Amino acid sequence: MLATLPLPFYFLIGGLLSIFLPKGVIKSSFVCLVPVLALIALLNGTWDQGFKVQFLDLELNFMRVDKLSTVFGIIFCIAAFLGNVFAFHLRESTQPFVALIYAGAAIGAVFAGDLITLFVYWELTALSSVFLIWARKTEGAYHSGMRYLIIQVLSGVILLFGVALFYFETGSISFVKMQLGSLATVLIFIAFGIKCAFPFMHNWLQDSYPSATITGTVILSAFTTKLAVYALARGFPGTELLIYIGAAMTVFPIFFAEVENDLRKVLAYSLNNQLGFMVVGVGVGTELALNGTTAHAFSHILYKALLFMSVGAVLFRTGTSRASELGGIYRTMPLTAIFCLIGAASISAFPLFSGFISKSLIMSGAGKEHYQIIWLILVFASAGVLSHSGIKVPYFTFFHHDSGKRPSEAPAHMLLAMGLTAILCIYIGIFPNNLYALMPFQVKYEPYTFEHILTQLQLLCFAILAFYILSKLKQLPSETRSINLDFDWTYRKLMPSVVGKLLLFLELIEQRGLKGFNKFLSLFMDRIYQVSGPEGILTRILTSGTMVLFIAIVLLVVLGIILF
Amino acid sequence: MASEIKEGTLDLINHLPILQVITPMLIAPILVVLNNKTLSWLLSFLGALACLFISVLLIQTVSDGSTLTYSLGGWAPPIGIEYRIDAANSILLFLISIISVIVLIFSYSSLHVEIPEEKHTLFYACFLLCLTGLLGVVATADIFNVFVFLEISSLSTYVLVAQGSYLDRRALSASFNYLIMGTIGATFFVIGIGYIYMATGSLNMMDIAERVSELGDSRTVQAGFAFIVVGMGLKLAMVPLHVWLPNAYTFAPTVVTCFLAATATKVALYVLIRFVFSVFNYEDSFVNELFFFLIMPLAIIAMIAASVIAIFKQNLKKMFAYSSLAQIGYMLLGLSLVSEKGLASSLVHMVNHGFTKAALFMSLGAFMLNTKNVYINSLQGLGRSMPFTSAAFVIGGLSLIGVPGTAGFISKWLLLEAALGSGYWLVAVLIIVSSLFAVIYIWKIIEVLYFSESSESYSEVNVLTLTPIWILSFFCIFLGINTSLTVEVANMAAEILFK
Repeated sequence: MLATLPLPFYFLIGGLLSIFLPKGVIKSSFVCLVPVLALIALLNGTWDQGFKVQFLDLELNFMRVDKLSTVFGIIFCIAAFLGNVFAFHLRESTQPFVALIYAGAAIGAVFAGDLITLFVYWELTALSSVFLIWARKTEGAYHSGMRYLIIQVLSGVILLFGVALFYFETGSISFVKMQLGSLATVLIFIAFGIKCAFPFMHNWLQDSYPSATITGTVILSAFTTKLAVYALARGFPGTELLIYIGAAMTVFPIFFAEVENDLRKVLAYSLNNQLGFMVVGVGVGTELALNGTTAHAFSHILYKALLFMSVGAVLFRTGTSRASELGGIYRTMPLTAIFCLIGAASISAFPLFSGFISKSLIMSGAGKEHYQIIWLILVFASAGVLSHSGIKVPYFTFFHHDSGKRPSEAPAHMLLAMGLTAILCIYIGIFPNNLYALMPFQVKYEPYTFEHILTQLQLLCFAILAFYILSKLKQLPSETRSINLDFDWTYRKLMPSVVGKLLLFLELIEQRGLKGFNKFLSLFMDRIYQVSGPEGILTRILTSGTMVLFIAIVLLVVLGIILF
Repeated sequence: MASEIKEGTLDLINHLPILQVITPMLIAPILVVLNNKTLSWLLSFLGALACLFISVLLIQTVSDGSTLTYSLGGWAPPIGIEYRIDAANSILLFLISIISVIVLIFSYSSLHVEIPEEKHTLFYACFLLCLTGLLGVVATADIFNVFVFLEISSLSTYVLVAQGSYLDRRALSASFNYLIMGTIGATFFVIGIGYIYMATGSLNMMDIAERVSELGDSRTVQAGFAFIVVGMGLKLAMVPLHVWLPNAYTFAPTVVTCFLAATATKVALYVLIRFVFSVFNYEDSFVNELFFFLIMPLAIIAMIAASVIAIFKQNLKKMFAYSSLAQIGYMLLGLSLVSEKGLASSLVHMVNHGFTKAALFMSLGAFMLNTKNVYINSLQGLGRSMPFTSAAFVIGGLSLIGVPGTAGFISKWLLLEAALGSGYWLVAVLIIVSSLFAVIYIWKIIEVLYFSESSESYSEVNVLTLTPIWILSFFCIFLGINTSLTVEVANMAAEILFK
């Protein structure tokens, strides 16, 4: 029985059970245990036949287990475990419950063999995860949670409409490779794109993730977007459009990340940029590139969680995650600082760290298919990653000028979660073949060639040098305690002022347009209210005479239609 | 599938159709004689339970596509009154019986708040008569008998609605308006029957069907059809004829609202379906034209306009009354597609919406036990103080929207499929739009329940009140997952009606 139980049910049942457990160590341990059990079940389970359920005249498959879905299943289980360990200190009911349901929904979507099941879990991820944002219980969190929910549910509705059309066009609901070209697949593609934070659909990500609770952000960062990457890899591999979308995604968040002060927001932008790499991989669509996407999603979930954890731990201890208010914290939080550096090294793709062995797969994939310009963009984006995630985040948090804060080291369970994640990051970096063995296709790839390492190190060294020179130059004018402000100012100045002005202009247009739209909308709503509100003509209480007149008219119309 | 007529080898099976109808009718006068309020509740409950039991037996008997006939008093059909049970009406008999059982459980605790104690016995007697009428309309195959039972149910409904006057005097005018409209509807209906009798000389549905097809193009029959459509349009609250419904639902006691919303309009719709398919010929051009030019546009207007109106309603009973109008729009839309799939979606939606709306009205009733009114502002923060009622309400709301995994999704999906199958793309889009409006008004309530601070603290209602609410919510989910009861029976019914 247990062997054939669909994997998401472990989480859903576990989540429901967790409600009844007493708050505290028991509940926290239980929610850590569930993903472990699920992982064991996944590694030992046999779902060769899937788990099929007849629904109306459709056959649903809850467990389509192949290599692609298994990799994502494994990493989602690991991420759920690490996230829950990190959240061990919580003494409440909502977040542990929601975290399990959310993870279960994401895993359910990954194993969904048909589009209906996919849709159900797709919506469930939205409905459950929003509580991780609301759990922060601030006015801002409430509103950004609401915006998040609306966008996510919208994605689901678009998906449902696409699926319905797809079903009526093809008579099939199985979730396999699709071609862009009909309205149905375009709708499905857009639904995936919203969740994957495509450019112009990305704002929900930077809006919501930094607004969530400390532990909530760690959990959020793992699932929703990677689920979308999985869905793209499953549904639209080799769609050339994705290459350009992905390339744009790698580049534009860099500028925003550079000027952002809230470090969790910086990480949210860099998450977007990392997604770009994966989307490019899906777009290239060769075996090598798809492997790259999968491997990159795997390692990305780990190091991004690690970065969010370390910044979260700082936020937990100091109450702020703003770059301008932090600095010099390595003195009292040395372990957290080390873990953060490991995460930073991984995301910047230093050799021997996980990012290196996965990102180079995608880059090689793009290079081999002769997308030179894309390759150059990816190189540029890699430098950008190093600058904002690899250097900016740890530098401003733990080093830089001394903020005077002397927080104590992160709590033990957070250190444990970060430590485990860090070990995984390094382990994958050193022994890439263990990860490659999980990949959907046979990998004949050696990341540690002389050429690879050299290129990467050159890139990294120059990026670091540039950072160093810039900081040195701008520090020269005054070596006083106001360095932070100074440096911030210059750092922002680094952005060509043109870009800043352009952004300002775009913002202006957006606001004007929004204002006009709002005005139109409110006028329209007023009109509807006049007609159908309590005083409106549509709802007035009528006298019996008027009603009878209605009846007579309808009778005449009916007789007219029937007799003539 | 060929439908064979079961003569009934077992004696009991043979008499089930009449037992179904006559059980509550016989209990009603006993209640009045005994005149004891607890005993009347108990007897009504047992009677309703017996009806439920019989309806389950009936549904099992006919679920293989067969038809069960019963000649009243042993008179053979064309002359005597015939009861005919097939897949289409067995599913409605089941809906009516089970809703009456659930509603009666709820009435045990809610009635004493809404109606003075000395009226309870009469209330239950009326309730049983209403139940008799609804069951009778569905079971019979004699068109004059349909009229008789329709009047039995309507007259008792007017009384039941008027009982709301102890809390709000407006129930009297609502009931009065309903009385006028309902009576006009019944009159039209009986005029229609008169025309048909004039042309064919028969009152038995099967018999008329044969004679109508022999008559060919008869103006008399067509005029009869027109009167019947308008008469039933009134009873089922088709949009311009709906004016009685919102107030009647709003001011009636909760028990009555629940029962009516879940059953009464569906029964009227069933009569319309039965006449279109079993008495007249759905392939006739005048039937098709009427559906295409009038019923479908009206159904769509109902779907959209009533949903928009519901958004602005502050009184939640009224909000859901308007939402009922929109839902009736869905059912009429399914019917007006004149396709097997459309009809099946209509039948499924009747059942699913019956459970959904009953769950919603009943949880509103439970809120009302505490708050005394159901204006949206009085529900602030009840999500915390009445978690079980609120959760049940949310499930009902999700089902009303049509979220996958709930009953509402199944019927909306079938309706979408049917609309697209007939090539009405725009209609499919409008169905989705109207569902989005439902999201808005349900969300408004959820926001008030869960995201606003309550000024007063209430305690959760007792278990006896919660039980029926949760039974209904359970059905909202169960019918969304297990569709063998609804979809399969409805498909079979549609097949039988279309043959």
